[in-house]
Amino acid sequence: MSLGDSASPLGKVRGLGSAREGGEHWITERVTSIALLLLGVWLVASLLFLPALDRQTIIEWLRAPTGAVPMALLIVIAFRHALDGLKVIVDDYVHEEGSRFGWNTLFLFLAVGGGALALYALGEIVFGAVA
Amino acid sequence: MATKHPRPLSPHLTVWRWGPNMAVSILHRATGVALSIGGLAVLTWWLIAIAEGPEAYDGFSAAAKHPLGILVLIGLTWSFFQHLFSGIRHLVTDTGANFELGANKRSAVLTVIGSILATAAVWFYLLGVQK
Repeated sequence: MSLGDSASPLGKVRGLGSAREGGEHWITERVTSIALLLLGVWLVASLLFLPALDRQTIIEWLRAPTGAVPMALLIVIAFRHALDGLKVIVDDYVHEEGSRFGWNTLFLFLAVGGGALALYALGEIVFGAVA
Repeated sequence: MATKHPRPLSPHLTVWRWGPNMAVSILHRATGVALSIGGLAVLTWWLIAIAEGPEAYDGFSAAAKHPLGILVLIGLTWSFFQHLFSGIRHLVTDTGANFELGANKRSAVLTVIGSILATAAVWFYLLGVQK
């Protein structure tokens, strides 16, 4: 199917350009940024409003669904947004094909590994015998 | 071509004249990298320390309350607010608005003023109440 000039600008970037991809990454970066706006403000406000920042108080806060669920979302979405953002920087500044692939793969592994580690720690706090 | 002032050739740090818009654009990337690497490392370390036990949490607290630790955390707080305000500005320009030179420049300056004020408010409060 040829889109020609009749396609809207949005239609062209939504995976319908010559590369048939690319628009998805741009949109994902924006959507996760809106989610992180809410979750980031939630985290900072929560830390400021907690009566103290000792381990016990934080465990109680994170064990309640109102702490556990936003924190799990924050971990997943923050690591995803970080990965998407770092890819833009690598693609902009690393010009050699091999090193670009290397950097992008390194950040992919770090983001997935770091995200899994943070989620595991949160799981232990929420469901484990942590005391 | 006998022009006295040649047009800028490419979007590159050494070619473009510095202004608030460009500075905030660069800051958006720099703070994004700082949050992706430093911010997520601290978040993951903090969660692991809570999950692991009181000694691990004491270790984290000691590092966080060390003058150097506080400096890093203040830097991450400022990065968070700068990236947040500048991110909102980017979402607005994504809709095609705020491209008028004066308004665009003013909003760039506002993101920096806002991030400094928000960081100062958070840390005066945190250090004031000695959490």
